[in-house]
Amino acid sequence: MINTLLEMFSYTFLVRAAVVGLLVALCAALLGVSLVLKRYSMIGDGLSHVGFGSLAVATAMNAAPLTVSIPVVVAAAFLLLRISENGKIKGDAAVALISTSSLAIGVVVISLTTGMNTDVCNYLFGSILAMSKDDVTLSILLAVVVLALFVLFYNKIFAVTFDETFAQATGVPAGVYNMLIAFLTAITIALGMRMMGALLISSLIIFPALTSMRVCKTFRSVTISAAAVSLICFFIGLVISYLYATPTGASVVLVNIAAFLLFWGAGKIPWSVVQSRIIWGRSNHS
Amino acid sequence: MALISCQEASFAYEGHTAVSNLDFTVESGDYLCIVGENGSGKSTLIKGLLRLIAPQSGKVLMGDGLKPHEIGYLPQQTAAQKDFPASAYEVILSGRLGARGLRPFYSRADKVIVEENIRRLDVGMLRNKCYRELSGGQQQRVLLARALSAAKKALLLDEPFAGLDPVITRELYRLIEMINREMGLTIIMVSHDVKSAVQYAGHILHLQNTQVFFGKTEEYLKSAVGERYWGGKRND
Repeated sequence: MINTLLEMFSYTFLVRAAVVGLLVALCAALLGVSLVLKRYSMIGDGLSHVGFGSLAVATAMNAAPLTVSIPVVVAAAFLLLRISENGKIKGDAAVALISTSSLAIGVVVISLTTGMNTDVCNYLFGSILAMSKDDVTLSILLAVVVLALFVLFYNKIFAVTFDETFAQATGVPAGVYNMLIAFLTAITIALGMRMMGALLISSLIIFPALTSMRVCKTFRSVTISAAAVSLICFFIGLVISYLYATPTGASVVLVNIAAFLLFWGAGKIPWSVVQSRIIWGRSNHS
Repeated sequence: MALISCQEASFAYEGHTAVSNLDFTVESGDYLCIVGENGSGKSTLIKGLLRLIAPQSGKVLMGDGLKPHEIGYLPQQTAAQKDFPASAYEVILSGRLGARGLRPFYSRADKVIVEENIRRLDVGMLRNKCYRELSGGQQQRVLLARALSAAKKALLLDEPFAGLDPVITRELYRLIEMINREMGLTIIMVSHDVKSAVQYAGHILHLQNTQVFFGKTEEYLKSAVGERYWGGKRND
């Protein structure tokens, strides 16, 4: 086991993948708690498709992928937030419109430039080799910013997630914090997309939060548990993808599914009954 | 000067005027009930009083040193809250957020205020329980504790008894009466339960997309609109 790990991390690209992946998994899980509870899960999915389109365009223009996709995805995040708040076109329909549009634009741009080749597959399902040294530096920097902002605004994020109207009534500018959440989500998705794949990155946002909610009862415990679950699942997924040469993104998602089922099962067990059974069992013997 | 006064105010909801010709004052320590049918503009007026929406015309003035965000608010519950993982304590503590401004974490003073309100509303044993697993009445108590933690001078309650059984409703009415009498907080409550409203409130504001009555409860019972509304209910 230890030998496998040592062997794994003798490859520089795997160390990079692990560092960036773990940071992205952590950020995604923290933001995911708020997004899932606010019923904004689909925004993460929509943003990753926008990210796919912007990656394709960046490649066509020979630009550094992150410098194009981060501003585009951030702009899309604000747009999606506006749409789901105004509600002229219903939120979920608007997300579907934007995500399929960017997917189509991305595919056309790719086929016009490099042609439909392995690049497309890598964008859609992720590639562990995607991280350059500069990417790693930028990713660490941005991930630290996301984490710091999340911790600083934790109480506000809770209030805005639980009860937006009340928060506004007590003078908390809920709109600003919604935008902050959307902004941080956009950056996280842009960072994690190339490794996890445009089709799979939103699982990092949704799964840990939903998994933790099966068992945890308070916002703080859900947040902490989501972060832990996400980190552990990513790491196990990465090791599995190394051992069995499976795609990293999909492997991480599979581990997340397993964790979800485990927590779901644990949540179904009536613990108070189990506890009283054990106590009763003991007293019967004495 | 009155705590809150509306002068020829009207408010709109999604571009349509929901309620107009509002002309009333609330003095410190008053207990005002806003009654009217569904869709008569009650909730829109609440949003206006909380400064979440600006009046379409006219003015809303705050007096007696009341700042807009010092009103404790008990909103109607949303669907998302029904399965929200949060402990009662986390919910109550979030009432202090408005007073925090940009400072990120709660202070000891905030926690002292929260403890007082937990004791006052007798929700100590719910502290670590999950909000979504509480009964309807317990949830309202927790939200009331949160509202009290945010309130300096006034409480605004939007249909606090929706979906509660009569026993719990009466209990909550007593609590609100206690808050009004003993703590001296001004109460503004939206309700469509006219019967209880006239029993507990000192003043009544009756809306039908416009102000049809404002005044003391005794006068309301004698007025034409009050008699019709109240008498009609009695004949049921």
